Amino acid sequence: MDNATEVNTSQLAYGPTEWDDYDVPPLTTGLSNEKMTMWAFLGSDCLLFAALISTYLLLRNRVGPDTDGSTAAELFDIPFTSVSSFVLLMSSLTMVLAVTSIGRGEIERCKMWLLTTATLGAVFIAGQVYEFTGFYREGLGFTTNISSSAFFTLTGFHGVHVSLGIIMLVTLWSLISRGNIGAERAETVEIIGLYWHFVDIVWIVIFAVVYLIP
Amino acid sequence: MAITEEPPLILELESGETKPSTGAFARPTYAKGWRAWVFTVDHKKIGIMYGAVAMFWFLWGGIEALLIRTQLLTPNGTVLTAEQYNQIFTMHGTTMVFLVIMPLAAAFANYIVPLQIGARDVAFPRMNALGLWIFVFGGIFLNLSWFLGGGPDGGWFAYAPNTSVTFSPGAGMDFYAMGLQIAGIASLVGAINLIVTIINMRAPGMTLLRMPVFTWMILVVQFLLLFALPVITVALVLLSLDRTFDANFFNVGMGADPLLWQHLFWIFGHPEVYILILPSFGIVSETLPVFSRKPLFGYSVIVISGAAIGFMGWGVWAHHMFVSGLGPVSVAAFSATTMFIAVPTGVKILNWIATMWGGKITFTVPMMFSISLVSMFTIGGLSGVMHSVAPADTQQTDTYFIVAHFHYVLFGGALMGLFAGMYYWWPKAFGYKLNETLGKWHFWIVLVGFNLTFGPMHILGLQGMARRHSRYGPEDGFDFWNLMVSIGAFVILIGMIIFAINIVKTWLGYKAGTIEQSPADPWDGRTLEWSIPSPTPEHNFDYVPVVTDLDDFWHKKYQKDENGKLRKVADGNAIAQLGDQHPHLPSPSYWPIVLASGLPLIALGLIYTLWLTGIGLLVLVAAIYGWSLEPHTDPDVGHGHGDDHDDHDEPDGDHSENLIDSPKDESTEEAPVG
Amino acid sequence: MNVITDSHVEGTVEHEDHGLSDLGYIKIALLLAVLTAIEVLTYFVDFGVLEVPSLLILMVVKFQIVISYFMHLKFDSKIFSYLFITGLVLAVVVFAAMATSLVFWTDPAGCDAGRFC
Repeated sequence: MDNATEVNTSQLAYGPTEWDDYDVPPLTTGLSNEKMTMWAFLGSDCLLFAALISTYLLLRNRVGPDTDGSTAAELFDIPFTSVSSFVLLMSSLTMVLAVTSIGRGEIERCKMWLLTTATLGAVFIAGQVYEFTGFYREGLGFTTNISSSAFFTLTGFHGVHVSLGIIMLVTLWSLISRGNIGAERAETVEIIGLYWHFVDIVWIVIFAVVYLIP
Repeated sequence: MAITEEPPLILELESGETKPSTGAFARPTYAKGWRAWVFTVDHKKIGIMYGAVAMFWFLWGGIEALLIRTQLLTPNGTVLTAEQYNQIFTMHGTTMVFLVIMPLAAAFANYIVPLQIGARDVAFPRMNALGLWIFVFGGIFLNLSWFLGGGPDGGWFAYAPNTSVTFSPGAGMDFYAMGLQIAGIASLVGAINLIVTIINMRAPGMTLLRMPVFTWMILVVQFLLLFALPVITVALVLLSLDRTFDANFFNVGMGADPLLWQHLFWIFGHPEVYILILPSFGIVSETLPVFSRKPLFGYSVIVISGAAIGFMGWGVWAHHMFVSGLGPVSVAAFSATTMFIAVPTGVKILNWIATMWGGKITFTVPMMFSISLVSMFTIGGLSGVMHSVAPADTQQTDTYFIVAHFHYVLFGGALMGLFAGMYYWWPKAFGYKLNETLGKWHFWIVLVGFNLTFGPMHILGLQGMARRHSRYGPEDGFDFWNLMVSIGAFVILIGMIIFAINIVKTWLGYKAGTIEQSPADPWDGRTLEWSIPSPTPEHNFDYVPVVTDLDDFWHKKYQKDENGKLRKVADGNAIAQLGDQHPHLPSPSYWPIVLASGLPLIALGLIYTLWLTGIGLLVLVAAIYGWSLEPHTDPDVGHGHGDDHDDHDEPDGDHSENLIDSPKDESTEEAPVG
Repeated sequence: MNVITDSHVEGTVEHEDHGLSDLGYIKIALLLAVLTAIEVLTYFVDFGVLEVPSLLILMVVKFQIVISYFMHLKFDSKIFSYLFITGLVLAVVVFAAMATSLVFWTDPAGCDAGRFC
């Protein structure tokens, strides 16, 4: 009982602290919120592509009762796709070079690597469009059979991811050019780089599992 | 300076002059009126809006339920045609799952989690608003189908190929597929935001194992959402492609496998049931200790079993498909995993009972709802274990026994917990308690109505009455129990009307001054949200709490004396913060609602005419650029955000006389924590 | 969990040791190019029974290299790894289980409803 009377009523449970110079205290883990967001999103995207890839694998040989319909796999042009895969793989290198150059404050070099990355991505997309048109000419459209629907959906989803990446890279390039983003925001480049590399590793899986494994 | 959002995309030029937003509007500054709500990025307003919108859909889904029960009141009911019945039961399920329980949980997550971890807002306030508005537009979009040719009619699980154009030619299933994709984006945005908030925005000293259980369960739920939503997205995209662009994923004529949809749907669908129930588990893990005046029994066990449920929930989905021709090995495997998952759930139940055991229980309304969760969920859980036994499940599948089971876990479990949360946190959100007497009427009538509605469904199911049938014959012998079930449904309605009356009456009373302002700590609570005034000030915390214990605020109030006995050393209301500081907060923003409005346009365009999609995309792109070029905060706004909170009573002074109560009998009940 | 609790200090030194030099990244890219070349080789040369396993191993190795070096997981906080790897492992395990159930555990002779398959 006596203890209780000694408590000063004006005393708050949580009064001023050493953290009050901040509008919020430092982040719990010391890690950037934005980067954590990107990693969480990429973890989520793993499930998206896993669902699409397994759907394709389950359906890839289903051509329907019409026996002269072909699967997408029968039309693959492996040398051609190898080249475009290689292009996408190298775009990961140019992306990482963009990140390191802005980390050193070399704005112009970063811009150059960003544009190179976007261009390589665009080359990959162009290759995909060329491949799809070729399939279509061979009579394999999106609605031809189950196999073709699954193939175009999987690679199309990946293509949309790459295209979004290109748009982000070009936007980033223009923001840097206009001075809206400088060397102190190198992390923005790194985060978009994470997305770009993810798109690349998804293609590493698709290239091996969909194209190369017979 | 908006502290919690990403740093600005450099609006200061090298010369030092500030460029006003690059071609975008300045940020809105409304502090009052509807615009203060529509453009808000405040997690508390967003939480309240989630709750309000969810209650609207709850009314809507309830009306659908009553239509179903009116149709089944008598044999050969004529209220609805078979087509209408299909649409109504589909939308009842879809509405209750996606538009009621999930957003109600989101409401609590948004409102309470930042308070429990001692943060001033979530990690990304604008993304938070974006999630809310996408959800709002998604719900409206889904229900537009009623006016555009009829609702979805394939069940909330939408089994393809039954939902392909051949068997469901109306636009209803298109609205379902697109609407749930939109709602899924909303949940994904919210999930990532809350994950980052909980991992990264905790008050100094709040380690993971000092986090309140509610926050823990919300964290688990957000991870489930993060990983489950992409799977349903893929399933819905495939269905949309089939229906809109003539793809062949579910075209059996082409050799499709009908099991594909079922697998994809239930890989999402089973984590989804934990997404629905775990927030309520978190809520009762807060209320039971407070109203038993004992610490939670086995905090770390509850946390670990919650996380274990989260993981194991990924390995049981095929128990929804036991009669679909999976093959005996699959059935046996998933039957075993399903039996295992009952273990962590049972551990939780035992922990709650042990928490109440020997406690000094006060039967407030939130406590009564919490106890009803423990008991009603146990009934639903037991019938769930029955379903894990595949031979029994084969008999029960597609009968009312299943309907009884999942209503006991979702209504008796999830919804009861959410009502407990509403009564518990109402004073924190609005500044006054809901009326306890009306609340008790609400509770008892709902509890009786609930058991009258769903209890007899067990019997009907075992008698062989099939789900999803729009009528039964007089010779089937189902009349009596169906009559009881329908009466029960209307009893629930009466209970809910009392709840609505309670809300309106206490609100009017509070406005008129006849209902007193709630103090900061009306329940003698244990967690940080009770250390700040009610209603919560706009900036939440005057000073960042520094945490040294689990249930830290409780340890500020109760400490051991020299004999090792726990004594009350301070009154929560007296030592609560005053809400009189005005730290800088993020400004409101136009862009979340604009961005969200693009999505239903895109979806409508995909169903009807592609130019609408174009407009929607333009809105989307414009909003994204507006968003990223938006100035970080309005430079003219100083500290004006706390202004509309000046009217709450300062708790100091009035409560000093309460300080000297150190009731021995109470404090001896309290076992030391940690 | 300790990583999270103790890292107020850690965070401040986070940017010190961040990845490789440009030359290091170029070497990594060359390695990836070589691995890709081996992958493509399987199309032209018959690897027999080794073809599928070697392709899968090469795929995993390439995947691993890109996430550890290009995406900095090797140098960055473990929390990022946990977030991503959890999704990845769930994805692989769940869909492997789904495919197993759909492909290997079905009864090809058809179903006898009396035996609830």
